[in-house]
Amino acid sequence: MEITLKLFATLGDYLPEELNGRVRKYNELQIEVDEASTVQAVIEQFNVPTALAHLVLVNGVFIPRHARANSRLRVGDELAVWPPIAGG
Amino acid sequence: MAWAGKILRVDLGKGTCTSEPLNMKWARDYIGQRGLATKYFTEEVDPKVDPLSPQNKIIWATGPLTGTMASTGGRYSVITKGALTGAVACSNSGGYWGAELKMAGWDMIVFEGKSPKPVYLYIENDNAKLLDADWLWGKSVWDTEPAIKAKHQDPQIRVSCIGRAAEAGCLYAAVINDLHRAAGRSGVGTVMGSKNLKAIAVRGTKGVGNIRDPKGFMKATTEAKKVLADNAVTGQGLPKFGTQVLMNVINEIGALPTRNHRDVQFEGAKDISAEAMHQPRKTDGKPNLVTNQACFGCTIACGRISKIDETHYTVQNRPEYWGASGGLEYEAAWALGAANGVKDLEALTYANFVCNEDGFDPISFGATVGAVMELYEMGVLKKEQLGIEAPFGSAKALTYFAELTAKGEGFGKEIGLGSKRLTAKYGHPDLSMSVKGQEFPAYDSRGIQGMGLAYATSNRGACHLRGYTVASEVLGIPVKTDPLVTEGKAGLVKAFQDATAVFDSAGVCLFTSFAWTLANVQPQLATACTDEFTLEELNLIGERIWNMERDFNNRAGFSSEDDTLPKRLLTEPAKTGPAKGLTNGLDKMLPEYYQLRGWDEKGHLKPETRARLGL
Repeated sequence: MEITLKLFATLGDYLPEELNGRVRKYNELQIEVDEASTVQAVIEQFNVPTALAHLVLVNGVFIPRHARANSRLRVGDELAVWPPIAGG
Repeated sequence: MAWAGKILRVDLGKGTCTSEPLNMKWARDYIGQRGLATKYFTEEVDPKVDPLSPQNKIIWATGPLTGTMASTGGRYSVITKGALTGAVACSNSGGYWGAELKMAGWDMIVFEGKSPKPVYLYIENDNAKLLDADWLWGKSVWDTEPAIKAKHQDPQIRVSCIGRAAEAGCLYAAVINDLHRAAGRSGVGTVMGSKNLKAIAVRGTKGVGNIRDPKGFMKATTEAKKVLADNAVTGQGLPKFGTQVLMNVINEIGALPTRNHRDVQFEGAKDISAEAMHQPRKTDGKPNLVTNQACFGCTIACGRISKIDETHYTVQNRPEYWGASGGLEYEAAWALGAANGVKDLEALTYANFVCNEDGFDPISFGATVGAVMELYEMGVLKKEQLGIEAPFGSAKALTYFAELTAKGEGFGKEIGLGSKRLTAKYGHPDLSMSVKGQEFPAYDSRGIQGMGLAYATSNRGACHLRGYTVASEVLGIPVKTDPLVTEGKAGLVKAFQDATAVFDSAGVCLFTSFAWTLANVQPQLATACTDEFTLEELNLIGERIWNMERDFNNRAGFSSEDDTLPKRLLTEPAKTGPAKGLTNGLDKMLPEYYQLRGWDEKGHLKPETRARLGL
């Protein structure tokens, strides 16, 4: 199934420019994942260091660190990940 | 003790400059900068005073850590009764000016009265004098600072001044130092201009030498700097991406106010984000961002220095705008961008340059333009009045309005009144996205519930720098809370408000609080000032400062009726994102907040609260 992976700030370095014929746009890439894929599995698939995956959102909703291994993604989901960040 | 122990009182009506000793009891009770200067201000000024009358006073104040080796110890604040709000105003700035004042031997400068003609204050260590500024009046910030340095033949003078926006009466005019650092909000620059005070030029060579326990202070500041360096936010994230890193986050969670808060997500967010500032342009192959920059003593260095594409319509054949200067911070990028539906990064950068050049707050300006664009789309405002077609998304309208507002020309004169007065004039006061007359910053309180309470109760009108619960509700600092619920937010807002008052009074930057807690500030203050500054005492002082500000506002005529939000946020649900269907639940948070504060149902301090806080 297809989902959108978004890696921001310093994690943008882990998002390939192209994958399976799909081209990265800004910090987003459409990717194919297995039906049973979890949030944690996708993060690991792209070699994002677990310690840096601080702010993890699926469709804008925060997924706590302890829930990521059991949070299954659904077709069309948008998974966005940031390292620790702040501003204001 | 790290206080200089001396304040400068300037009577603008008489043209006198007088040194007087710092009130050390007040220094112990209110620390410095925001707290201490507000104590002086509230003791000396009638709360009912017209902000633009000679009876209003305006204070430039440093904290005890300003000018020391504490990280970020370069801050100063401008305290007055705000021209935009009529509430107590305290706007904080970085750069190098604050440390220079402290190193000249002054904790603060209190201006009173009004000069009969334009003047600027020149300080060289102990010597202070008012000088004629007829020749400076009408100049921008960018022309004023180099002109003063050239006149005195000293490039190391630091200048805090106003531009043409303040002279023209823009109600959200800022005080700018070091060309692009701003005490930006509430119209403190407008008050400065109303007094015919153009600039404060300072040269200080005395240093800050009277640290109470120098060895202890060195140890405390070294340890605190390590905390900043080791923290992923202050050590890596802020230096590389600046505050602008928030643009995509806040959009993703559905809390990015868009098109005057009609929407909560902006399709152009990615085009105006921190990541976009790093992308090479198609035109010249260079990114918008040139480098980051640090203020005095700062080991974070979050500042953005940008350069506009020389082929962009805003700067074609205008080389005066081709240099690298203060770039977009998150709040400015939002207000100039998403608030108006504009996604042209170069246009936003240009508008931001103009805000710095002539000294006005990009948040209030951008948000007011958002209201203008909504009124234009409703047919209330016409092209003939505005001088340009102004639908949401028009970069050309935004930059045109910036140029007009900078000089108070054409419709820019009305935009300079702020959204509250402008929307009221045209019969749609509900379209002003403001609290107590001050426009919101970049977080929609339908998607971040606690911020609704923080905005409604902020002592200087809508503001993110009085209680930044975004840190907890979105970013997980110090702990993650759910942004979509109201439970627990009253206590969270109060805790953030009180702690922030201490950071703002110490002389350090609030951004240290992404890594530091008060427990990291306390050893620095205690070794610099007095061992009476225990953690318990600092918490009490923070609460005291908050209540002192509140009490002034109450005596100025504000009450519980002003602790509210625009109708749009209370009745129109968010249309998209995780907060879809939600309005802000202020009514669920406010009573508990009053109870925690020890205020009555009108929002006034109860006698026992006054007694407990020593007010």
